[in-house]
Amino acid sequence: MMLIPCPWCGPRNEIEFHYGGQAEVRYPVDPQAVSDEDWARFLFFRDNPKGMFTERWSHAAGCRRWFTVRRDTVTNEIHPDDGASNARTVTR
Amino acid sequence: MPPRTPGAELPEHPDWLWHSPEPKSSYDAVIVGGGGHGLATAYYLAKNHGITNIAVLERGWLAGGNMARNTTIIRSNYLWDESAGLYEHALKLWEGLADELDYPLLFSQRGVLNLAHSLQEVRDSVRRVNANRLNGVDAEWLDPDQVAEICPILNTSPDLRYPVLGATWQPRAGIAKHDHVAWGFARALDRMGVDLIQGCEVTGFERVGDRVVGVETTRGPIRTGKVALAAAGHTSVLADTLGLRLPIQSHPLQALVSELLEPVHPTVVMSNSVHVYVSQAHKGELVLGAGIDAHNSYSQRGAFHTIEREMTAAVELFPMFARAHVLRTWGGVVDVTPDASAIMGLTPFEGLYVNCGWGTGGFKSTPGVGWCYAHTIAHDEPHPLNAAFSLERFTTGALVDEHGAAGVAH
Repeated sequence: MMLIPCPWCGPRNEIEFHYGGQAEVRYPVDPQAVSDEDWARFLFFRDNPKGMFTERWSHAAGCRRWFTVRRDTVTNEIHPDDGASNARTVTR
Repeated sequence: MPPRTPGAELPEHPDWLWHSPEPKSSYDAVIVGGGGHGLATAYYLAKNHGITNIAVLERGWLAGGNMARNTTIIRSNYLWDESAGLYEHALKLWEGLADELDYPLLFSQRGVLNLAHSLQEVRDSVRRVNANRLNGVDAEWLDPDQVAEICPILNTSPDLRYPVLGATWQPRAGIAKHDHVAWGFARALDRMGVDLIQGCEVTGFERVGDRVVGVETTRGPIRTGKVALAAAGHTSVLADTLGLRLPIQSHPLQALVSELLEPVHPTVVMSNSVHVYVSQAHKGELVLGAGIDAHNSYSQRGAFHTIEREMTAAVELFPMFARAHVLRTWGGVVDVTPDASAIMGLTPFEGLYVNCGWGTGGFKSTPGVGWCYAHTIAHDEPHPLNAAFSLERFTTGALVDEHGAAGVAH
């Protein structure tokens, strides 16, 4: 059970959140110019580190806003400062 | 009288089923991962292709990873032709494996029920039964009364929130004893001269250009012309050292067993909607599993709310389980692909082969994987049964999308 620091509601139980996977995955700027291989990279390939991972969570049972945290995938240690300072709503 | 040594009255330790040799400096092939898939691959490399100068490298102990953490269900009732082909090939091998290895695998074909709880699920299930039959896989559609006849302890009352509207039934499905499967393969491999090396972690690869020529390990470098990955949840950690990105995400998958109970559960029951799967082990433990925890993790543990949800479903379907005590829970690290099918085949690196992405369903495929992966490694080209499971499919878009029929909602 993880205690996840929502930047707006404070630390809450993991069950209140929805997981969004890797953070900062950018939509291709010029979709028409993207090769099949790059589309595959964008759609299907994400980092899968053993260690620190920058990821998205949504406070689904609370304020319903998205935010970013850095979490160690081995220890589940979450670095809330990063999350609070980088928190932003999803624009798309 | 001299003081007694605790344990001195115990019998002598039996002979090991396999030796623990020192790693040699080179092999014809190196398999990374000493779990079910790695062992089966080495076995069929030796048996079908005559390659015996092999090392199976295991960073922990033999079959101590996901092989020791799974719920041992074996079935082949998959929807798509590609999946049915591979899993049915595996099931046919399972049916003769104990005799072939001359080792008791406790393979018990007690059948599997995949429950349907909604009209859409009924339609999908009937479609899957028809697809299975066209592929030579045994399958039947059962109404709730027929389900109750096979598994009387299942709650088939129409008053449930998600009532059992029927089930698919594969009579040839079942369970096996996972440790025995690993030990059976290991003993056979030892006799064929294959080196099983435990406590030997692969930390990197040696390469010349785009050709992999060896591995770096915690017990020194090993040169080889063929390196075959069979490292499940840790595959992307290894691939990262080569700069090879794979479309997999590692997640915790939890399972649990009850205390030993007298035999009450005659088959395997899986439910995709309320998501729990249950069988009763030979000794008597109820063995339960469900879906992965949502977040990426290598922690080999998950959250309690995942277990709680699974138990809620289990007790609703099997009211008598409410009186059973949980004895033990644990987690493995499973590698999940975007289309819920495995990846098995060649890589952009010559001499490097990949087998990963089995998600929550690697055990049932064990001998089939060994057979096909060994062919891929020996001939530098996929076996027809694993050709569709290539890494390229994520670029071509020819995905083997088994989300619907995998029986798990990961």
